[in-house]
Amino acid sequence: MSSKILMKGNEAIAESAIRAGCQAYFGYPITPQTEVLEYMARRMPQLGRVFLQAESELAAINMLYGAACAGVRAMTSTSSPGFSLMQEGISYIACSMVPAVVVNVMRGGPGLGNIQPSQADYSQMTKGGGHGDYKVLTLAPSTIQELVDHVGLAFDLADEYRQVVFVIADGMLGQMMEPVELPEMRELRPPPAWALTGAKGRPKNIITSLYLNAPELERVNQELQAVYRRIEANEVRYDTYLLEDAEIAVVAYGTAARIARTAIRRAREAGIRVGLFRPITVYPFPYEALAEVAGRVQEMLVVEMSAGQMLEDVRMATCCRVPIRFFGKMGGVVPLPEDILVEIEALAQGKPALVAQEGA
Amino acid sequence: MHEEVIISGFGGQGALFAGQLLTYAGLAEGRHVSWIPSYGPEMRGGTAHCTVIISDEPIGSPIIYRPTSCIVLNPPSFEKYEPLVKPGGFLIVNSSLVRQKSARTDITVVEVPANDLAYEIGNVRVANLVLLGALLGINPFVKLESVIQALEEHVPEQRRHIIEPNKRALLAGHRIAQESRQAVH
Repeated sequence: MSSKILMKGNEAIAESAIRAGCQAYFGYPITPQTEVLEYMARRMPQLGRVFLQAESELAAINMLYGAACAGVRAMTSTSSPGFSLMQEGISYIACSMVPAVVVNVMRGGPGLGNIQPSQADYSQMTKGGGHGDYKVLTLAPSTIQELVDHVGLAFDLADEYRQVVFVIADGMLGQMMEPVELPEMRELRPPPAWALTGAKGRPKNIITSLYLNAPELERVNQELQAVYRRIEANEVRYDTYLLEDAEIAVVAYGTAARIARTAIRRAREAGIRVGLFRPITVYPFPYEALAEVAGRVQEMLVVEMSAGQMLEDVRMATCCRVPIRFFGKMGGVVPLPEDILVEIEALAQGKPALVAQEGA
Repeated sequence: MHEEVIISGFGGQGALFAGQLLTYAGLAEGRHVSWIPSYGPEMRGGTAHCTVIISDEPIGSPIIYRPTSCIVLNPPSFEKYEPLVKPGGFLIVNSSLVRQKSARTDITVVEVPANDLAYEIGNVRVANLVLLGALLGINPFVKLESVIQALEEHVPEQRRHIIEPNKRALLAGHRIAQESRQAVH
């Protein structure tokens, strides 16, 4: 334990990015992720790297686009309303096939909403939140250690697929402190061959998202789709907890999953055979693995801090072969383990599984 | 071992800092730990609290509803958390500011005139650590030495002068709680 230090989630995001060789950070303050910006403002100049507080999220995402085109590892972070503002730029980055990392520390919505933890940007993040046919590999950490690991991994995956990669966190992960083990500081990687580094002595590189000729844009789309198929084949990640002999599977990611874990442990003490299925990548979603789980449990309980967005993916994965109960909290309300335990007990006592939303 | 602690007071009373020290102490003793602040649109003079969990098990939810140990630094915190402490749990009350008395018989209540003791030490701002010392005097789930060690390791260079009064505050609270424990038994 001695090598572990206590870090706030937002600071862990920043330090992990720095250690992964992030050379440029662009951002605009928004609670509950502003500590990322603060940390970067302090540390990046010390290292001779770029920190820039943009005039808006629109500017930040386009600065990120530019830095990515120039072939440096770059990142931005924001929270829900700011993330909405970034959608146009993200679509451009996706079409241009340049690597970049975007962290969304989600807060209550819709609208300006509030600053409490939420998971209501799931659909926006996993289904392509901007215009056009694109998707974004999205990592969903559940602990501060995973947040550290995922930010590093996001940079590697972004490079590997030449795509933007998301890390989906929320206000609770951003604000809480947990012990973490930080990775070693990595060397800065040189710009890749495709980057815009000045064409002196070599043929020029062109990076664009504008293709006025339709068949040409179709070809670009086909190339993108091929990338997504590769991501879907190679990058599915998930975790399970006490699922081997379970009759009830709770499906949850991120903060909701760690709260569900506490409820599951208590339900087990009461003799209920319940386990957890936790998607780590929410795109690509672990459809096959969850379908396999659906074949051997009697019921599922989906827990989200939203009105039921991942629920749609769970339904698709299971083809409704098992009854699915849903428990969601909205608007920045965080479920307590006791709330989830009540739902598990209801399922265990054979109460009808229904897809119901709280208050509905 | 599994302890769920809420520390609550006015903004500026050091509830969050006391919680961080406790978390560092738990980490140094090799436990799983988490710390989460209340955060929101805050105002000067408003209340602030943090939740600390120290456990032998990996921590699921860092947010809990009913603490096993609770420190209340001011009257609004007493009103909110006194009914919520789990049966068998501990409530440490800053009796310099809180005039109410707990009627609960299923928890251990220790009243500590923390502001007055802190004033005697020479800095009213160390009342938070008087109360933390008191909690560990009555419910020693981490060692007082680990908190002192955390204080020495995690106070930034330019604020080293606050270590000594804070240490004295911890010891003063610890002593009072131990005396009250002997009085109970």
